[in-house]
Amino acid sequence: MAEYTLTTPLTDVDTIQLKAGDVVFLNGIIYSARDAAHKKLFELLDSGKELPFDLEGSAIYYVGPSPAPPGRPIGSAGPTTSYRMDSFAPRLHSLGMKASIGKGKRSDEVKAAMKEFKGVYFGATGGAGALLSNSIVESTVIAFDELGPEAVRAMKVKDFPLLVINDCHGGELYVKPKLDTAE
Amino acid sequence: MKEIQVMDVMEAVGKMCIKANTELPQDVRNKLEQAMAEETSSSAKEVLRQLLENADLAMETKLPLCQDCGLAVFFVEVGDDIKVVGGNLREAINEGVRKGYAEGYLRKSACDPLTRVNTGDGTPAVVHFDLVPGDKLKIVFMPKGGGAENMSRVTMLAPAQGWEGIKNFVINRVAEAGPNPCPPTVIGIGIGGTFEHSAKLAKKSLMRNLEDTHSDPEIAAREKELEEALNALGIGPMGLGGKTTVLGVKINMEPCHLASLPLAVNVQCHSQRHEEVVL
Repeated sequence: MAEYTLTTPLTDVDTIQLKAGDVVFLNGIIYSARDAAHKKLFELLDSGKELPFDLEGSAIYYVGPSPAPPGRPIGSAGPTTSYRMDSFAPRLHSLGMKASIGKGKRSDEVKAAMKEFKGVYFGATGGAGALLSNSIVESTVIAFDELGPEAVRAMKVKDFPLLVINDCHGGELYVKPKLDTAE
Repeated sequence: MKEIQVMDVMEAVGKMCIKANTELPQDVRNKLEQAMAEETSSSAKEVLRQLLENADLAMETKLPLCQDCGLAVFFVEVGDDIKVVGGNLREAINEGVRKGYAEGYLRKSACDPLTRVNTGDGTPAVVHFDLVPGDKLKIVFMPKGGGAENMSRVTMLAPAQGWEGIKNFVINRVAEAGPNPCPPTVIGIGIGGTFEHSAKLAKKSLMRNLEDTHSDPEIAAREKELEEALNALGIGPMGLGGKTTVLGVKINMEPCHLASLPLAVNVQCHSQRHEEVVL
């Protein structure tokens, strides 16, 4: 398994080389969005309005951070479970999003969209929010401030540690439960 | 009759909220260290290493262990011989949550179920009261994260399905949940009671010390049997494969109706945060 250091915005060249199991240290700007923010982003798309950030080459992080204490750019900031954003991800991939970051399984529709649009799904370690916050050097709310922890933030990351869970070639890192031997 | 001031309850609850969210309990840390020693896969070891480093960092910086500081769940035992003075006990607990979640820079995750508008202060807490003999007020707190809670289920089995039915349901639930609830998880199982009571039994079982052994040897053996079966699934830390799919299984059982076999499976993430105080 290979190690890569990548910077957003991501391109097809960046994502095509990735295989499930590879380690990626991500740099640049990533955008936080989870349930409520996705709903609002789709309302903007449906009414033909501009999104608060450019989807082209973007990486969306499924996170709702805890409040930043004095002296830190952000509070704890680990991933939330990704399947809740499965209904949104394919359209975002079709509009230029290259990567989503979360934890847990994705639907077949999201995997198909990653194949078609050369996308990638990264896993960050769930429940390691304090540790992951060390790789976020700046954070600014850019939309939907009223959503509090669910607002869309532009986060500047430095060597944000990620694992490729699903690549654009159909590869997946998660193991299948051994149901037969468990009985 | 011993008098307990609501102000003291509020102060104690506020402190518990911060401590539980920032300091990984020793029993959980011990289990994670033990798992790290037993795992042979490098990805499993690396996840566990990160979780322990995260716990050290949270302790040092007072950042919460996880950005999901949970919905505040309390089990409160009210002694027959105490009197709460100066206000209402439930309100004092909620006030403590408001204070702790604000002062601790904890994420407030309570919202209206339909409008999804955040209540803004982490309340209302979910509080389960119980009346017990004595002159103590015991408050047990668990910030319950949403990701693992979403993987939980209640089912009404047919009595004839018995232990085999229970075992199959639990194994299939954990297998289906896979990496979603942040394994290695703790599985709280409520058996018996009624529909709603089974869920409460399951939740309450998660308040136990992770390293304890059930006082009933038969139930202790069933907990061990399930723990082995679940770890044989091979899901491992974060679903990347490994020997540690669960850190523990806790069963809480009470009698039920002749016609029923209620079963609740409450999934808890590895960030098994819990705190208690006795006033």
